[in-house]
Amino acid sequence: MNVESIISSLYVFSLAAFLGYQVISKVPPLLHTPLMSATNAISAISVVGAIITAGSESTVSRLLGFIAVTSAMINVVGGFMITDRMLKMFKDKIGGGDSAKKDGSK
Amino acid sequence: MEYILNEVLIPLSYLLASILFIFGLKQLAHPQTARRGMNLAAAGMLVAIVGTLFHHDIISYDLIIIGLIVGSLIGAAMSIWMPMTAMPQRTALSHAFGALAASLVGVAEYWHALHSGQPIAAYKMTALGFEVLFGSLTVTGSLLAFAKLQELMRGTPVTYKGQNILNVSLFALAAFIFIYLVFDPGQTTLFFIMVGLSFLFGILLVLPIGAADMPVVMSLMNSYAGLAAAATGFAINNKVLIIAGTLDGFSGFILSILMCKAMNRSITNVLFGAFGSPVDDTAVVVQGEMKEIGAEDVAMQLAYARQVVFVPGYGLATAQAQHVVRELGEALEHRGVQVKYAIHPVAGRMPGHMNVLLAEANVPYSDLYELEQINPEMPATDVAVVIGANDVVNPDARDNPKSPIAGMPIIEVDKCHTVIVLKRGRGKGFSGLENPLFYKNNTRMLYGDAKASLTKLAQEVQHA
Repeated sequence: MNVESIISSLYVFSLAAFLGYQVISKVPPLLHTPLMSATNAISAISVVGAIITAGSESTVSRLLGFIAVTSAMINVVGGFMITDRMLKMFKDKIGGGDSAKKDGSK
Repeated sequence: MEYILNEVLIPLSYLLASILFIFGLKQLAHPQTARRGMNLAAAGMLVAIVGTLFHHDIISYDLIIIGLIVGSLIGAAMSIWMPMTAMPQRTALSHAFGALAASLVGVAEYWHALHSGQPIAAYKMTALGFEVLFGSLTVTGSLLAFAKLQELMRGTPVTYKGQNILNVSLFALAAFIFIYLVFDPGQTTLFFIMVGLSFLFGILLVLPIGAADMPVVMSLMNSYAGLAAAATGFAINNKVLIIAGTLDGFSGFILSILMCKAMNRSITNVLFGAFGSPVDDTAVVVQGEMKEIGAEDVAMQLAYARQVVFVPGYGLATAQAQHVVRELGEALEHRGVQVKYAIHPVAGRMPGHMNVLLAEANVPYSDLYELEQINPEMPATDVAVVIGANDVVNPDARDNPKSPIAGMPIIEVDKCHTVIVLKRGRGKGFSGLENPLFYKNNTRMLYGDAKASLTKLAQEVQHA
């Protein structure tokens, strides 16, 4: 790995950090639990590394990778599904009759 | 063709995934767009996974496919059958799984690099070190948090003499091994000692933290799990891991700061303060006595009030009383009473815990009010009903500079005309603190299980 790619990784990290700060500080307390479970599902992106590990040659790597793929997928599927279950429940007004919101979770 | 796939198409799929993650999180900031945002993020994950499946380093697919299927099935089952009240536990478990994946990838990567015959570069070792350090301590830390939340063990802090010294020296030792490994990555034994130490450190870190401080722990673990994923990205030079991991890392970090602010404490104080251990009572002497009231009288007061504010706490979750609260609220609204719900940021065991519970019970989120919004309305409120909340309404936080929770912003229910406190028994709350609110002249205590009490109140109000 050359120095250039290390530096570019650091750029990506710093920019993602700023972006994350900007985007996430706007999330209201109302949605903090869904936010946490969604970001948690997103952080299971290590599944990408796990897949490559599980498909490699050495038996040790394959086994470790297999466990990693499984637990990351628990996180991905479980995380997104439960976030959806939560978000479905958030309603502005019951029935949505009096409030003319353009796009509700109806 | 092979080149285009591996060097162009797969990286582009990761770029697309990153963009989807960012847009998804942005839309997650508004209740009306949140679901769409979450779907975008999920689509991003799908794109990244499908892209990876074409990677040229993959020789066999059997274990990958089994892992994908088994993991998805367990994940789906967990999310379908997990009750909403168990959301903090589920999230803690899920942090553990995510971190486990990251640290296993780290260990495998180290193993692979070691046996490839090439020396491991200092840069790569640094990334791997962070990955397994953050990863392993999050695994055990989250599992312990899960055990405390699930009440497999007592929620009170576990403290012993020399605890902080032990923790700090353990951490220093792990850090020292880490630095040594960067210069001499071939020391396999040391590597595994480091992994073991961070497993141990995760346990020791969460042991002294009381159940009431769980929102901070949850946020921190969320952050560490993300940082572990980001470190994985550095180690295997994959930008989508860096971006997604960093987003999660910062999300957790921001939440921890918000939670600490809501308790007027620093992160170090939460981590090393062992808050919630039994305090000696010498500091607080409370005057007066608690005045009990019956459900019929409470129902009368509620039925003829102009404005009622419900203040839920963790007790609402343990009693599973969210649906009955809504029933009572609706019965009151039918009579023309203005009903509002006041949510303290650290009420419950994770950020936003109460909001989710009330949403489950169909309470519209426009009826939920944050601390700053509701406090100015308190003097004009006839009745405040405190349901299983304690510290977040403790006036000592505002009035008594000597109180351990001094300076913590509270929901000022004591400024209402009447405060009704629903409480299981006469004991103290989780933090073991006396709550002078219970002894105030305008406070009445309604003892019993919150769900039973609220059911009775709802019936009485309908007949009033």
